[in-house]
Amino acid sequence: MRYLLLAFVIFLGADAVASAPPLFSKEPFVPTQDNMVLERLPYVTDPAARQLRLWREQRARNPSDPALAVRLARKYIEQGRAELDPRYYGYAQATLAPWWDMPEPAADILVLRAIIHQSNHNFDRALADLSLALKADPRHAQAWITRAMILQTQGEYAEAKRHCMPLLRLSTPLYATTCMASVASFNGKAQQSYDLLRRSMDNSLNSTGRLWALTVLADISIRTGQGRLAEAHLKEAFLLAPRDRYLLGLYADFLMNEGRHAEVIPLLENEVQIDGLLLRLALAKQAIGAPDLAARVEALRERFAASRLRTDVRHRREEATSALYLLNKPHEALELARANWVTQKEPEDARIFLASALAANDPAAARPVLHWLTVTQLEDVRLIPFANKIKAL
Amino acid sequence: MKLLIICMALFALVTNAHGHKPSDSYLNVKIQGSDIHVQWDMALRDLEYAIGLDADNDGKITWGELRARHAEIAAYALPRLEIRAGDAPCVTGIPAHYVDNHSDGAYTVLRFSATCSKAPQTLDIRYGLFFDLDPTHRGLLQVNWNNRTQTAIFSPDRPTQTIEMKAAQSWRLFLDFLREGIQHILRGFDHILFLLSLLLPAVLKCHAGKWQAVSSFQPAFLDVFKIVTAFTVAHSITLSLAALDIVHLPSRWVESVIAASIVLAAMNNVYPLFDGRRWLVAFFFGLIHGFGFAAVLADLGLPQGALLRALIGFNLGVEMGQIAIVGLFLPLAYALRQSWFYQRVALVPGSLLVAAIGFIWWVERMFDLKLFS
Repeated sequence: MRYLLLAFVIFLGADAVASAPPLFSKEPFVPTQDNMVLERLPYVTDPAARQLRLWREQRARNPSDPALAVRLARKYIEQGRAELDPRYYGYAQATLAPWWDMPEPAADILVLRAIIHQSNHNFDRALADLSLALKADPRHAQAWITRAMILQTQGEYAEAKRHCMPLLRLSTPLYATTCMASVASFNGKAQQSYDLLRRSMDNSLNSTGRLWALTVLADISIRTGQGRLAEAHLKEAFLLAPRDRYLLGLYADFLMNEGRHAEVIPLLENEVQIDGLLLRLALAKQAIGAPDLAARVEALRERFAASRLRTDVRHRREEATSALYLLNKPHEALELARANWVTQKEPEDARIFLASALAANDPAAARPVLHWLTVTQLEDVRLIPFANKIKAL
Repeated sequence: MKLLIICMALFALVTNAHGHKPSDSYLNVKIQGSDIHVQWDMALRDLEYAIGLDADNDGKITWGELRARHAEIAAYALPRLEIRAGDAPCVTGIPAHYVDNHSDGAYTVLRFSATCSKAPQTLDIRYGLFFDLDPTHRGLLQVNWNNRTQTAIFSPDRPTQTIEMKAAQSWRLFLDFLREGIQHILRGFDHILFLLSLLLPAVLKCHAGKWQAVSSFQPAFLDVFKIVTAFTVAHSITLSLAALDIVHLPSRWVESVIAASIVLAAMNNVYPLFDGRRWLVAFFFGLIHGFGFAAVLADLGLPQGALLRALIGFNLGVEMGQIAIVGLFLPLAYALRQSWFYQRVALVPGSLLVAAIGFIWWVERMFDLKLFS
């Protein structure tokens, strides 16, 4: 019985620590001055927001009109993507409510539904909806693109390429080439993909197409270690989409990869609402030894705790990165990275997995990633040092 | 169709589209007898979208603008929350309004009390805030009573939560983990094989290099008791250390050593090395088996705040399963100890078979292979 008693004493201590969830123990207050600003809303005054308000009112008057719903939902998704804000995906879902549980609504609605499922990392349902959409309308270019990109994220490169092919007939050559180059660049053809895409960009004026192509070019350049090219592509992309948060994250990653941490701080200081950018800001502050690092780390810890409370698994890559570099908990990071690897297999997912396995001194854990790198022939100069160190262990 | 692509091409690009924290509200419920104290934190951004707060449309919500909308906020939110004690609805009072800052921005805070007709045994809470506007919104509930805390999540699929305030609730969790513990030891053949390999010679004694049956039950029982106790103490220690996040070992290493421990324990019956000190083997490898149990416990998901109950439940379950196995083994082995079968088949060839199984497991786990599926 003595061991139980010992265990009991240990548990009692642990329970005391575990029973103080900080999320509920804030101190509410009553402000004293009416002009005190409590919250700044994102861009209510800009044209996109005005457009959204107008369309939302129009749709409220005709809630069962699919055309109005599709237009509004698409705009919400676009906004959610540009600002990396999941609320907009929720608004889009609510807009599609009359069709949300239907087995086979119209193709346009199926595609939007798939994009929302994808944003929740519900890849299987997204792929199923896209299959239905393509069955109903095999000429739906958006459905082909979305399916190709989900398959790419999952590492199903052969299938992804197959889905890029129809774009040659159904859309502009640049979309088809960007799609193909993006997939093939993960699959042993980084430099060829880059050259091909760069050539096809020259004769395209479509700005959305160019933005996508530039993002892919920048991404390939980073992976092949061509920093100067990457920066040039990113800067050109920013001219097309100055406020794009995804680009901002990519640029911050690029700068930190080049050891230019100090430049990241002014870039992201006002983007702390976005977890992924807050994480990068904290990493940059850690690298230069900034005094207010602790506050950023604490804010991140609260965000991850909140997403765990709602059993949200979409942030495992970011949480693993935070656990490894900011909290110095390699074992925790490894578990998160391993779980993340099951659902997505992008180079960043491989990197955090390898780095965690290395820090946890558990080279065997990294075996699936090393195997993956061999099979796919993924080229990424950022992964090589980790892979070499692990092999040397 | 072209236009559609132009708008949408980039959506497909980003999979980690979620940077902001999604929409949550925090509902904190404290129960004291028939009085219920509620604190409800709602994000200003969500209220802005639902009923509009930014009166002058300048993109900033000031305390003045919020204060002017307090009545509307209460009128919007309170009907979307229903608290019932058993069959009778509880009556909510007039809320006091505060402000608080969470990690993702400012929240308005409603504090109010609800009075139920009697001290509730079960509390049903129905929540419907913002679900019509944003189905990804969640209500994060925390209920406190008698120094106990329970958490739950409201979603469009689960808008109602029932809080059982009887003692049964905490027992249920305990029993769930107890059952998991029993199931794990009974299904986890590696633990059983290790233990049985050590126990096989307990009804025999080694005399001049030959196995002979013990003459009475007492020495056999004492031997079994020592081994089982050592194994139990050891794996309880490491199970606790791992479950409480104090010590971690790589899982493949643990699983490989567990397999190796079976080989060692079984081979000891063929070439006795540790006779009389098998309890030391049980203790040493018990430490490693404990880490194996901890991995299972981690997979089950430990409830925060009830770690203690879950851990003790699981551990006791493992011990109960183990006692059941030993309870079957010992009388049987004692009865058969003088038989030709026990001494000629079970002990040496049986142990060799077990060692072979352990070795196959060891190879599979060490090198991540699947030799037999």
